[in-house]
Amino acid sequence: MTQSNTSAVDYNFNVVRQFTVMTVIWGIVGTLVGVLIAAQLIWPALNFDTPWLTYSRLRPLHTNAVIFAFGTSALFATSYYVVQRTCQTRLFGGKLASFTFWGWQAVILAAAISLPLGYTTSKEYAELEWPIDLLITVVWVSYAIVFFGTLIKRKTSHIYVANWFFGGFIITVAVLHLGNSMAIPVSAMKSYSIYSGAIDAMMQWWYGHNAVGFLLTAGFLGMMYYFVPKQAERPVYSYRLSIVHFWALVSLYIWAGPHHLHYTALPDWAQSVGMVMSVVLFLPSWGGMINGIMTLSGAWHKLRHDPILRFLIVSLSFYGMSTFEGPMMAIKSVNALSHYTDWTVGHVHSGALGWVAMVSIGALYHLIPVLFNQGRMYSIRLINIHFWIHTTGIVLYIVAMWISGVMQGLMWRAVNTDGTLTYSFVESLTASYPFYFIRFLGGVLVVAGFLLMAYNMFKTIGAKDGSLKAVEEA
Amino acid sequence: MDYGTLRGFFALLILALFVVIVIWSFSKKRKASFDEIAHSILDDEQKQDSKGHLKTDSKQETNNNV
Repeated sequence: MTQSNTSAVDYNFNVVRQFTVMTVIWGIVGTLVGVLIAAQLIWPALNFDTPWLTYSRLRPLHTNAVIFAFGTSALFATSYYVVQRTCQTRLFGGKLASFTFWGWQAVILAAAISLPLGYTTSKEYAELEWPIDLLITVVWVSYAIVFFGTLIKRKTSHIYVANWFFGGFIITVAVLHLGNSMAIPVSAMKSYSIYSGAIDAMMQWWYGHNAVGFLLTAGFLGMMYYFVPKQAERPVYSYRLSIVHFWALVSLYIWAGPHHLHYTALPDWAQSVGMVMSVVLFLPSWGGMINGIMTLSGAWHKLRHDPILRFLIVSLSFYGMSTFEGPMMAIKSVNALSHYTDWTVGHVHSGALGWVAMVSIGALYHLIPVLFNQGRMYSIRLINIHFWIHTTGIVLYIVAMWISGVMQGLMWRAVNTDGTLTYSFVESLTASYPFYFIRFLGGVLVVAGFLLMAYNMFKTIGAKDGSLKAVEEA
Repeated sequence: MDYGTLRGFFALLILALFVVIVIWSFSKKRKASFDEIAHSILDDEQKQDSKGHLKTDSKQETNNNV
């Protein structure tokens, strides 16, 4: 790690610090709610017969907390940091940047209150009701003004590739949010979507899959293109590949949504388009993964000593794994087995805990010492322990869900010679219990890792400025 | 021209655009400037070695931009 010399430009790191700290806090909260609902699937009594503690209300709270509180705070923090450092200029907009922080925390708070109370549009990952949607729009437009304003007043001639990914993510999420959240309010906390039937379903998954494609992929690829070269202290493997990666990814992702609606009322041609586009998407995904991992070529030994780099590189391995699994699951015949089973849940978490969380954690471990005037994190050993706890947690989680999912798919489609179903639904549920327990254990490990990270972070912040010296490379 | 044909032409246009992007980014002429951009994020800091001397990052080419 290097001691940064950032005194030349008066960067606005205050908003970056705020988002960084909240990323870790929301990481704990989001995964903790996840563990609670995982436990409820094994011990249903854990909802304590309280309506706002039921699985149905906490599940959207979990997904919103990890995607929009943890993930998006991480994106705010890193995009504000990267755009300033690569443009060599202070963040545009002054107080507007600070508004995006407080505005976004208000959105999260509103979600944390309204979802357990049962207010929902029932659109997955877009459950928040219309007043909160309006607040999201205002904050997001401010975010775009701050980000693109900074790009415009940059002191460098080029726009570094990480900013292209961040910019693509900001614009597309705005379009997706406005498109899918079109609704007619009927009261303060109730609205009806302007779409209906199959069109509503298509809009929902155009939104849903591109939230995955642009928020959880493009944004975090922006993070990857800055923090992997930075931590490895080597330029990215191929800058020209990163350009092709960007344009291929943004032009293909937008078509993949229909794979969520195989064998439904959606027209058959739309399902086939979604399937083909999802399979083609494999190419830019792996192009990007290879570009990230090969940045280490010739410097693989760094992985032995640097747990932060390990977080970043293993996140890319999970990215490669889930972007191979995803196209495969989008093939209709595979989807016939996998859809509605725990396999999907396993796939999502290999992407979310493996790719999204690990790349964010790696980036934050790089970022925290820079932001708080230290040469390194308080404890490198704890980072290493976090790495192994987190990795073990993910592996337990996804392996359990793979086995459970394939088993469910096989049990649901098994028929007797007379055409009746071999198993009832409850039999498949009973068979899933052991795997639910393994998944619960995996989740507990992930939360434990986040707690270690928070301890390490607060110790780093609390230490006297410059007292933690960078470790010299062996 | 009906809607389907129009969409067909549009798809070809996008494909052509993509091919242009690939050719543009892989042309030999741009290698030097791309190497410089890839380095730019590393060049904005100065490292101190163990004796406290400032040392600049060793300039290495982007690995395999052939």
